[in-house]
Amino acid sequence: MAKSKGSIIVDKERCKGCEICVLACPTGVISLAREVNSKGYHFAYMENPEACTGCTNCAVVCPDGVITVYRKKVNA
Amino acid sequence: MVENTGISDIVKDENLVYQKTKVLTDKVMHYCPGCGHGTAHRLIAEVIEEMDIQAGTIGVTPVGCAVLMYNYLDIDMQEAAHGRAPAVATAIKRLMPDKYVFTYQGDGDLAAIGTAETIHACNRGENIAVFFINNGIYGMTGGQMAPTTLSGMKSSTSPYGRDVQMMGNPLKMTELVAQLPGTWYVTRQAVHTPASVRKAKKAIRQAFENQKLKKGLSLVEIVSNCNSGWKMSPVEANKWMVENMFPFYPPGDIKLEGKMVGKE
Amino acid sequence: MKELKLMKGNEAIAEAAIRAGADAYFGYPITPQSEILEYLMAEKPHERTGMVVLQAESEIAAINMVYGGAACGRKVITSSSSPGISLKQEGLSYIAGSELPCVVVNVVRGGPGLGTIQPAQSDYFQAVKGGGHGDYRLIVLAPQSVQEMADFVDLGFELAFKYRNPLMILTDGALGQMMEKVWLQEQKPRMKTFPEWATTGKTPDRERNIITSLDLDSAEQEKFNMKIQEKYRKMEAEEVRFETTDTEDAEYLLVAYGTSARICQKSVRLARDKGIKAGLLRPVTLFPFPKKILSELAGKVRGILTVEMSTGQMVEDVRLAVEGKVQVEHYGRMGGIIPSPEDIVDALGKNFLK
Ligand SMILES: Cc1ncc(C[n+]2csc(CCOP(=O)(O)OP(=O)(O)O)c2C)c(N)n1
Ligand code: SF4
Ligand code: SF4
Ligand code: SF4
Ligand SMILES: [Mg+2]
Repeated sequence: MAKSKGSIIVDKERCKGCEICVLACPTGVISLAREVNSKGYHFAYMENPEACTGCTNCAVVCPDGVITVYRKKVNA
Repeated sequence: MVENTGISDIVKDENLVYQKTKVLTDKVMHYCPGCGHGTAHRLIAEVIEEMDIQAGTIGVTPVGCAVLMYNYLDIDMQEAAHGRAPAVATAIKRLMPDKYVFTYQGDGDLAAIGTAETIHACNRGENIAVFFINNGIYGMTGGQMAPTTLSGMKSSTSPYGRDVQMMGNPLKMTELVAQLPGTWYVTRQAVHTPASVRKAKKAIRQAFENQKLKKGLSLVEIVSNCNSGWKMSPVEANKWMVENMFPFYPPGDIKLEGKMVGKE
Repeated sequence: MKELKLMKGNEAIAEAAIRAGADAYFGYPITPQSEILEYLMAEKPHERTGMVVLQAESEIAAINMVYGGAACGRKVITSSSSPGISLKQEGLSYIAGSELPCVVVNVVRGGPGLGTIQPAQSDYFQAVKGGGHGDYRLIVLAPQSVQEMADFVDLGFELAFKYRNPLMILTDGALGQMMEKVWLQEQKPRMKTFPEWATTGKTPDRERNIITSLDLDSAEQEKFNMKIQEKYRKMEAEEVRFETTDTEDAEYLLVAYGTSARICQKSVRLARDKGIKAGLLRPVTLFPFPKKILSELAGKVRGILTVEMSTGQMVEDVRLAVEGKVQVEHYGRMGGIIPSPEDIVDALGKNFLK
């Protein structure tokens, strides 16, 4: 069966660390970094990249539109 | 150091499924982290891109946190005085009937100081879209009570909670304008979860599409958080919104194609 | 085709707006100017030229419709009378602060408050000093006849667009209700192209247009203030309009605008019949104010009397222009009372010929 694997790129300088994407991700991919960006925000990043399916949920809820999503079909 | 470059064999142009629309400018939005204004702006921009109506759209910004919306959308925009956006938009639409015209207004702007302009634009059935961001508070000026502030809800001018005996009742403008013959489409949405965002975007698209029909005004309320005004984290604010705002301002369609939902 | 018609001042304004190629009128009824909206509705300018006419829910809504239309680069006009003009001040400030052109007609009635529906000139301050909040000016034209009521609409649009500034036609209930013969200009076509700053939809060949009066950066806001002040200085250098009657040998100068100026023309003749060498300066633009000619005349006359249907508002600007060179007094009637030519001659006598 065809499965999807995904990846996101967070524009970390524009991320405000609001955590909304963290909650929106169904597979627990995203966490806030311990370090901060130049604005002082703990930005979002893929802590468990392998779990990303490219569902776009995180990007769709991000108030600052800083997430880009890629998805590729893989055969399981 | 966290690198944020994604997984290299997936991050390829042919695999791109979501990126920021070009109708949004590159300017970083001034909103507080997690504020629904940003999401609502993006949805409007995405709809404009998808409908390919960048050259055909004129937006009117309010006085409120979204006053600088014109910095973020790459379309022609006018900044209206506090509450007057529906009057401004009326003239734009009357003079350029083939353009898509929308206002974007907060609850103070639309339901307090601009009540007359809102009701009369709705009642005349102006063929415009009104996007109404209801966060139950005056965000921009520092969290004062709005007409929409819930009974018992704290704000900087109702520090012990809204006492409806003394301060009046929260106002459901959306239900109110749905009663008017000039409104064609009235709906209440939210933008706090992926599912709600996708629904809200459909509603926004509908409000733009409706302008082609010339059958009246479309109003999309978006119940939104104001984590600064509510003094909560963004995640807490969204939870509080679901538990407290939604019972009084329930998301859902109120009027479709000129008919009240759930009535004959 | 030019046409000669007998019309009320208010009707002349309305007809002139159609013929000037106005794109829209937005208004709200108030005496003594409701005929403007009534005439426009009856004339169906929508059929004649495609002009939009809309009765708004308030003067506040009307002026904000003017804002929206003007920001699309269109020729937009509104009218009201004093209490309604007070409501428009917020919008006018935004229009000036966004550098938008428009024409606003104030058919003045006596105040303060609800006052009276009779004519007055007590809105001079509000008209020439800005009126709303912030440092801005309106260009102010003061007609004295039905002909000028009509002519100043077209002139008003021309100046408003030239300077990207709101313009007010300051008139009163007497001129609004007065019937006179008026030559109406031939129909001008409505504009087909619009200024490059107008919000007409962002096409790929240009940057987006933003109409706003907001600038949170103090340095930028100061720069903007200086820029519009420069515009006002240019108006003062180039747009001053006035008329003089018998000023060559005058020993006493009357200064009056609009209805008062009309009456003063008679007073000049009456005074001269009595052997008093009177003359009249009639400012046609109240902003920019004819300071230079006043200063010149002040050096030649023995006294100046301003005549206004108010407690004395323009008199302050006359005194400023005259800089103490000569005694300046005021004569006025209030509450909708129009002074008679004889009253004015008497006032001249009482003040200067004791
Ligand atoms: C005439 C006028 N009155 C008051 C204000 C101050 N003011 C600015 S924004 C605002 C309230 C905005 O609240 P809302 O419309 O709910 O927008 P939000 O910031 O919550 O998105 C007020 C009272 C103003 N700018 N102009
Ligand atoms: S939702 Fe957007 S801004 Fe908020 S933490 Fe996630 S990526 Fe950052
Ligand atoms: S695309 Fe879907 S799975 Fe991947 S991080 Fe975003 S929400 Fe999680
Ligand atoms: S104050 Fe409230 S409405 Fe304004 S940006 Fe912050 S969270 Fe959003
Ligand atoms: Mg609000």
